[in-house]
Amino acid sequence: MLKKIILFVIVVIAISCSSSDDNGSSNNDDGFDRTALLTNVADNIIMPAFQDLQSKLASVDAATTSFITDKSTANLDALSDAWLEAYKVWQHVQIYNLGEADNLGGGERGFVSFFNIYPVTVADIENAVNTGSYDLNTANYHDAQGFPALDFLIHGVATNDTLPLDKFTTNSDFEGFTTYLTDVVNQMITLNTAIINNWESSFRSTFIANTDSGVNGSFNKLANDIVYSYEKDFRAQKIGIPAGIFSNGGTLPETVEAFYKKDVSKELSLEALSGIENLFNGIPYNSVSSISGSSFSVYLEFLDREDLVTEINNQFAAGRNAINSLNDDYTQQLSDNSIQMTAAYDIIQAAVPKLKVDMKQALNFVIDYVDGDGD
Amino acid sequence: MLAKLKLYLDSNTNAAPLAVFRIGFGVMMLASIIRFWSLGWIDKLYLQPKFQFSYYGFQWVKPIGSYTYLLFALCGLAALFILIGFKYRIAIITFFLSFTYIELMDKTTYLNHYYFISVLSFLMCFLPANAYFSVDAYLKKTHYKQIPKWTIDIIKLLLGTVYFYAGLAKLNSDWLFKAMPLKIWLPSKYDIPIIGQTLMHKEWFHFAMSWSGMLYDLAIPFLLLYKKTRTLAFVLVVIFHVFTRILFPIGMFPYIMIISTLIFFDANVHEKILNVFRGVIQSLKLKTRRLSEQSYFYSKRKIIIPILALFFVVQLVFPWRYVLYPNELFWTEEGYRFSWRVMLMEKAGYANFKIVNSETKDFFYVDNLDFLTPFQEKQMSFQPDFILEYAHYLGDHFKSQGHQNVQVFVDCFVALNGRLSQPYIDPNVDLYQEKESFKHKNWILPFNDEIKGL
Repeated sequence: MLKKIILFVIVVIAISCSSSDDNGSSNNDDGFDRTALLTNVADNIIMPAFQDLQSKLASVDAATTSFITDKSTANLDALSDAWLEAYKVWQHVQIYNLGEADNLGGGERGFVSFFNIYPVTVADIENAVNTGSYDLNTANYHDAQGFPALDFLIHGVATNDTLPLDKFTTNSDFEGFTTYLTDVVNQMITLNTAIINNWESSFRSTFIANTDSGVNGSFNKLANDIVYSYEKDFRAQKIGIPAGIFSNGGTLPETVEAFYKKDVSKELSLEALSGIENLFNGIPYNSVSSISGSSFSVYLEFLDREDLVTEINNQFAAGRNAINSLNDDYTQQLSDNSIQMTAAYDIIQAAVPKLKVDMKQALNFVIDYVDGDGD
Repeated sequence: MLAKLKLYLDSNTNAAPLAVFRIGFGVMMLASIIRFWSLGWIDKLYLQPKFQFSYYGFQWVKPIGSYTYLLFALCGLAALFILIGFKYRIAIITFFLSFTYIELMDKTTYLNHYYFISVLSFLMCFLPANAYFSVDAYLKKTHYKQIPKWTIDIIKLLLGTVYFYAGLAKLNSDWLFKAMPLKIWLPSKYDIPIIGQTLMHKEWFHFAMSWSGMLYDLAIPFLLLYKKTRTLAFVLVVIFHVFTRILFPIGMFPYIMIISTLIFFDANVHEKILNVFRGVIQSLKLKTRRLSEQSYFYSKRKIIIPILALFFVVQLVFPWRYVLYPNELFWTEEGYRFSWRVMLMEKAGYANFKIVNSETKDFFYVDNLDFLTPFQEKQMSFQPDFILEYAHYLGDHFKSQGHQNVQVFVDCFVALNGRLSQPYIDPNVDLYQEKESFKHKNWILPFNDEIKGL
């Protein structure tokens, strides 16, 4: 009797311990098809966006070369246009801290650390060009590279200068500024190339194959990314912090995105919202395919939560309306009527509990990386 | 009646089951401490947080810096002593105190399982678990092959209470008629071999699991007590707990329960288990000595029995305290803890704190991660006592930073068992002015639904 019981216990425990991850295909007609979701998101949303960013960064590179050859205002304007095009595409890729992008930077913001930490610290740039000793790979320069650094280099005025162009012509450190500009562009291209190569060579198949339900499963990471991006990249960074929501004592206009270009903050915010909405609804990037595929909305509908899909899309639409009512230039908006910006924030904020509480509960993904025991 | 009781209290039984229970308990506790330590949770859960959520009345219990490791070491050492039955009385009291202290340090980590360990180790302080097959007996050259029958029955009673109350808690409309929260939890376990793709998302399966879970909890104490169904019951215990282990991240608990329920078996089963240990000890060729046999006698029974009787009265009554509070228990959680309500709800929240200057009406929002770990934030967001304690912490913090006329408000949304999230806390109440107490918190907004049942 005892032996039988012991044998039984051993067998069952052995089963329980080996139950972790050795499942093969997950294409069952009855269950939700995660492979289809991950394939759609990878092939039609994420990779086309990164590839587009690559081509837009190539245009920035070309414009930089032209500008360095002929440092004219017209060429600087052309560089500015190329920068804006790339910056808009960036808003679509910033969500995806996955694979190589996640490995870069190390911290919770991953590759965003190298592309879009703002406000830019101008003193760091000026000091770097003056001494000529700097390493863009170190954390000290996270806030002195990427799109915000280009924003300053293209549109900002350096200490003692009168025009943006002076940095590259009359400034005593004009050679330093020119080198720094090239270095920043090269750094962005290098990093984005690494991310794309990683996706194309191996990560795409890893990502799609990882239908694991745990913390490290692809879907779980994607779900965390959309929530994080909405809450931090979009809501807090673009609207909340400049509106003074998180600080005591008034607005912080110097923290708006594209502070030196000024009149594109709204445009960039709207792009970021589109990126998040498209991911939620499975809409292909830039219409690479005309039909939307499987994503969060499809998954929620599969679980009979059409109510939640409607609520979330309504919140996105309300946020878009609120942003549309703002000035193109957020610094102008803040000085004219900061209350309107705060009101927009409140509307955008209303989607956070929907994503973070309702959607999280419906899809039962793990929102943080705490691995304590449950009850 | 009294005579019968006296007769019962005087009756003796074989000491082997209690000895095996002691060994099993020691092994499990030692393993739990080692596991907790090796996963880095001491640092992550107790040392990294800047702030701890305290139980009402136990605000003085805090982690003690790097000495916290020493506390865990002490607890683990006590478990080892319990395992071998060396200085048992001191060891079990040390274990109870150190383990309970650890649990009181931060209520973020509250689990019914930990509470069960505290309660059980308290009970074991009064039991002669070292009477037989222990180092104590070896050193004393005396072992007690017979111990009072009640000392084993009382453990069965505690185990039975835990199961039965967990079953009673499942008698509610969400669990039985909506299959909640299993309907949310099971489909996300699609990657379990075989059943992951075939059963986990089926509605009938969610209901089958809900109902069988409820029936299991209510019936298992009786099936274990009754000799004819005992073996079947143990098989069920193993299946049930292993299944929960596969589905949910519940650590050591399933194994602890499986080992604990062995106590329901007859002494001859335990003697066989002890014979296995004896074989191991003999193979080590240690010096053996012949022990004289005696029956265990309680010298302080007149004090101990009333203490334990009172203890069980409290155990049986305490889980019902929730009826004294208005509103839905799952929503307010007033009287929810320490009541064997295990895996009953999927609840998540979002709490956005606003610090206001009452004079100038200037305000700003708080980033919770500046003060809390992600785990603390998650637990805080849907439990009113956490929200209140944190609001006071924030108020004190900003006051000490020189902010004037500090008011603390919260925008909080909570979703329970798949319902759409609803506002949870009155956003117009300055929580900094509210005091913690056992009274109902009238700033919790009503639950716009009803969950029927116990």
